[in-house]
Amino acid sequence: MADNKATIVVFSGEMDKIFAAYTIATGAAAAGMDTTMFFTFWGIKSIQKGNRTGKGLMGKMLGLINRGGIERQGPSKFNFGGLGRWMFKKMMADKGVAKLTELREMCVDLGVHLLACKMSMDVMEIDRTDLIDEVEDVVGVAKMIKEASESQIQFFI
Amino acid sequence: MDIQADKVQDSIGQLCPMPIAFMARNMRGMEPGQVLEIQADDEGAHADIPAWCEQTGNELLGEEQADGYYRYFVRKAG
Repeated sequence: MADNKATIVVFSGEMDKIFAAYTIATGAAAAGMDTTMFFTFWGIKSIQKGNRTGKGLMGKMLGLINRGGIERQGPSKFNFGGLGRWMFKKMMADKGVAKLTELREMCVDLGVHLLACKMSMDVMEIDRTDLIDEVEDVVGVAKMIKEASESQIQFFI
Repeated sequence: MDIQADKVQDSIGQLCPMPIAFMARNMRGMEPGQVLEIQADDEGAHADIPAWCEQTGNELLGEEQADGYYRYFVRKAG
């Protein structure tokens, strides 16, 4: 269905921004669009399993500071060393907003393709095995451009 | 509203995008012509459900107010 596609580039890793990304992806997939999410740079954090990563000293440091995992990321404002993350999670749960993990599961269930940027993974020393199994493929920019050029709507978050 | 639904979706308490996401998922398992009733109290769903129907080609047969929520009836397109 090349005439009904959506592409979302997920560059950001903060909780609020990935919330928007997964919500949009859910909406597009629910509307019957063939939806692809490309995760690059900090966006990779939301498709990591959450184990320690890195090979060299700096890669390991990066993995130690932020080891990834969709539930571990703080909001872009008012994080206050993790307090903000707790507060937002609580406020969202109280209002019945789906958790990020549920939202991501829903995306996968509705057929959203999760693709990871190989270059970002190389820079940050993240292996394919550090990513969740639902990630379909590890790709480059040409694949993203091809998908985006065939899409009616594109997002960069 | 005198419509017999083939399946009922309880989305009361759910916020965006979950009523729509579950709608898409439920519709997948239904036959063309069958009717899905969605019960939702999210104000956003009031705009979202008609928009979703328009985009996907499924027919919104109607909606009615119940006790603190809305009932939406959607017929799966053939």
